[in-house]
Amino acid sequence: MVYLTRKAEFSASHYYHNPDFSPEENRRVFGKCNNPNGHGHNYTLEVTVKGEVDPRSGFVVDLKQLKEVMHREVLDAMDHRFLNKEVPEFSTRIPTTENLAIAVWQRLETKLQKARLHRVRVYETPDLFADFYGEQ
Amino acid sequence: MKAHLTRRYRFSASHRLHSEQMSAQENRATYGKCNNPFGHGHNYVLEVTVSGQVDPSTGMVCNLVDLDGVVEREVLSRYDLSNLNGLQEFAQVVPTTENLSIEIFEILQRGFAQAHLDRVRLEETMMNSFEYAGESEPRH
Repeated sequence: MVYLTRKAEFSASHYYHNPDFSPEENRRVFGKCNNPNGHGHNYTLEVTVKGEVDPRSGFVVDLKQLKEVMHREVLDAMDHRFLNKEVPEFSTRIPTTENLAIAVWQRLETKLQKARLHRVRVYETPDLFADFYGEQ
Repeated sequence: MKAHLTRRYRFSASHRLHSEQMSAQENRATYGKCNNPFGHGHNYVLEVTVSGQVDPSTGMVCNLVDLDGVVEREVLSRYDLSNLNGLQEFAQVVPTTENLSIEIFEILQRGFAQAHLDRVRLEETMMNSFEYAGESEPRH
């Protein structure tokens, strides 16, 4: 089994807000991230796939295809967007780094050919990242 | 759903690698330049990974403010700009980065209850790093 990771970058804005919380509770739980006008990050996405090396091609996965799927399913939808308002998953889920990693996994999981998804890592900043391995 | 969250922190400290159980010659052979009696320093980078179910009401594994608070209070304020050899936990234990990783893991395991502590990873320089995950193997 070989693991292969592809990186991509996208920039987006978001804010944290739970409509079931009072304004005070939202401010207490989410702090500055609760500002309704949002704020932005340069996100780095790492997608790790796993599989056996094809003896004929020497590939675990066709990297060009992986890149195309990542662009089509994730970057086209999220790059230069306001996540809360423009990405459907986040109309009901708060766009935290954890939920972003889960959303990216769900967008990619059924679209990959041959290789299986191993991990989605989303860096919100160089000092903060979330990993999702598809665990319930 | 279960997610894993990693936060990076920085601190600077000095240490000297020297074992009382070895002769002067053996210490020099084992630790080389790190055995210099006056010690030397590093800019450490600490990575703390925690995991748990993502709370649907917050979208979070745990509140980062809580994690930052515990790391600041229990780890950074203790080790930043310190001489590790002078601290109680390294009176009998050589302050290698391996032992420092274990110490930090145990401090956080005692002090942080809001999520499961997966592992601690400590970069001594850009070229070397150490990981400790308690009894479990770290996940890559």
